Amino acid sequence: MAKPGKSVIFILALLLIAAVISNTAIGSTSISPDVTAKILVTKIFESILEMTGKIFPSVTANILMANPFIEKTWTDSQEVIISDIRLPRVLLAALVGAALSTAGCAMQGLLKNPMADPYIIGMSSGAALGASLAFVMLLPVQFLSFIGAVITIFVVYNISKIGGKVPVDTLLLSGIAVGSLLAAFTSLIIFISHSPHQIIFWLMGGLWTASWDKVKITSVMIIFGILVLYRFAWSLNVMLLGEEQAQYLGINIEQVKRYVLVLSALVTAAAVSVSGIIGFVGLIIPHIMRIIVGPDHRILFPASTLMGAVFLVLCDTFSRTIIDSVELPVGIVTAMFGAPFFIYLLRKRRQSLYA
Amino acid sequence: MLEIRDLSAGYGHRHVLEQISIKASEGEVVGVIGPNGSGKTTLLKTITKVLEPISGTVLIDGTNIDEMQSTQIAKKVAVVSQVISINFEFTVEDIVLMGRTPYIKGSETVEDINIVRDAMEKTNTIFLKDRLITQLSGGELQRVIIARAFAQNPKILLLDEPTSHLDITNQIDILNLVKNAAKKGMVVVAVMHDLNLAAYYCDKICLLRDGKLISVGTPDQVLTPSNIERAFNIAVEVIPNDITNSLYVIPVLEPLHDTLH
Repeated sequence: MAKPGKSVIFILALLLIAAVISNTAIGSTSISPDVTAKILVTKIFESILEMTGKIFPSVTANILMANPFIEKTWTDSQEVIISDIRLPRVLLAALVGAALSTAGCAMQGLLKNPMADPYIIGMSSGAALGASLAFVMLLPVQFLSFIGAVITIFVVYNISKIGGKVPVDTLLLSGIAVGSLLAAFTSLIIFISHSPHQIIFWLMGGLWTASWDKVKITSVMIIFGILVLYRFAWSLNVMLLGEEQAQYLGINIEQVKRYVLVLSALVTAAAVSVSGIIGFVGLIIPHIMRIIVGPDHRILFPASTLMGAVFLVLCDTFSRTIIDSVELPVGIVTAMFGAPFFIYLLRKRRQSLYA
Repeated sequence: MLEIRDLSAGYGHRHVLEQISIKASEGEVVGVIGPNGSGKTTLLKTITKVLEPISGTVLIDGTNIDEMQSTQIAKKVAVVSQVISINFEFTVEDIVLMGRTPYIKGSETVEDINIVRDAMEKTNTIFLKDRLITQLSGGELQRVIIARAFAQNPKILLLDEPTSHLDITNQIDILNLVKNAAKKGMVVVAVMHDLNLAAYYCDKICLLRDGKLISVGTPDQVLTPSNIERAFNIAVEVIPNDITNSLYVIPVLEPLHDTLH
């Protein structure tokens, strides 16, 4: 049986590029995909020239003299819609989807629990409380939700720590306990708030506040976090045999747990801080990819990253175009599409998905 | 060479092992026997530094394991546990490759793959290479786990009841593999339950009871009716087995009467 791994990754990468271009083309103002692609290529080319202009001014000037640009067949407003409104939004969707799916994959592997997702140890509740406080006190939402998630994981980790070790069961349970406590505070804030709608919409998850600034800040954290997580792929594989077996093979399991938790928390917090609580991506995409490529994290990680990005890009486009002039929170869409498809897969497979 | 000196170990305040001293050299199969809860598994955990000892030392080729990192220990010592179940669909080759974990930096090299193939040849598992680990029988699975242990290139092979849950053919198969590994220069320490197999395969036997070593020596010296009764609280007859040239231990049981009439 040949491993489908590398070709699946290649196909998914192409799929992601296609999804980014086609979904940038879709929206209330219709701009055809080929014009969209031309605008994107021109924009990328311009920004490359801008960079080289700083390093090799004379070479760049010569290139500019030759005017190698694609003939401009589009209007300025089309260009603004594509490059300043839709593209950052599509890219943010891809980043958030990639982050949630990769973190979910890491948590499922680390906890060896099929219910695990990026939110399982209370991070979403921490982020939600941070965001709710920010809405009520008129503070920056992105910053406070990020801090809320990071503090929560720190607290949960330290509650679970017994004599320098963090048993996985304790981690899960304390995550659920702390999560419930924080969720209660969030509900309290919603209850006493004068304008609870903002908070409730944020909790449903959405990407309508996308901007280039958000793409820049989150992309650094998410891409860094995901790439470092990949380095633990082999250790996570070995730990699937059981912690004792992994120790016999020389793996420092407590160190792996610490790093994987911190990195998952980082990418999840970065994603949640710009998108609210988007469910199902981090739970279902890793499961689907596990069915397709198997449990080897060296393939499963990149496959989940790419598929998570593709999935959220598609869901977000659906959520902003399905009803004229109204945006559905994307969290509703991910669940409405993701859950039935997942149920279908479960039934089709007719055997336990996991351990 | 494995040397255990005055080792005490346990969990919290509970001592499971007290003042154990054992030496095992290249080429030897050392059996560790004793009733359930006598500290056999704890002994293996302490040798691999998965459990820190309370006092005493473990020396591997003269080096105290206190001074070794876990990857260094994994290059010297491999552990084969009771038949474990693996529920994740890795291929057999992937599982054996996991034995190279202490050596791999980044991704595996051609040398790693060659060592893995060699380990699979030795354990007669190469034909299972691309099969999923979830689809193997108990005997096949245990041979794969031994292949994984061989892939670690260890000096010392520790086995924790390696043949429990296996049928008699597979038991013999696995123990022959282990015996051969010892002949080629490995130190083998095996926790065993079957006293007759221990008598046949082991060069030296350590008899444990309540965490204390009550007898060490050749099978003839250790497997005496009085020693076995002291350890297991059961009366046995020990008779020479002319076919295998070893000992045969039989519990002395009262004949069961047919009560149904």
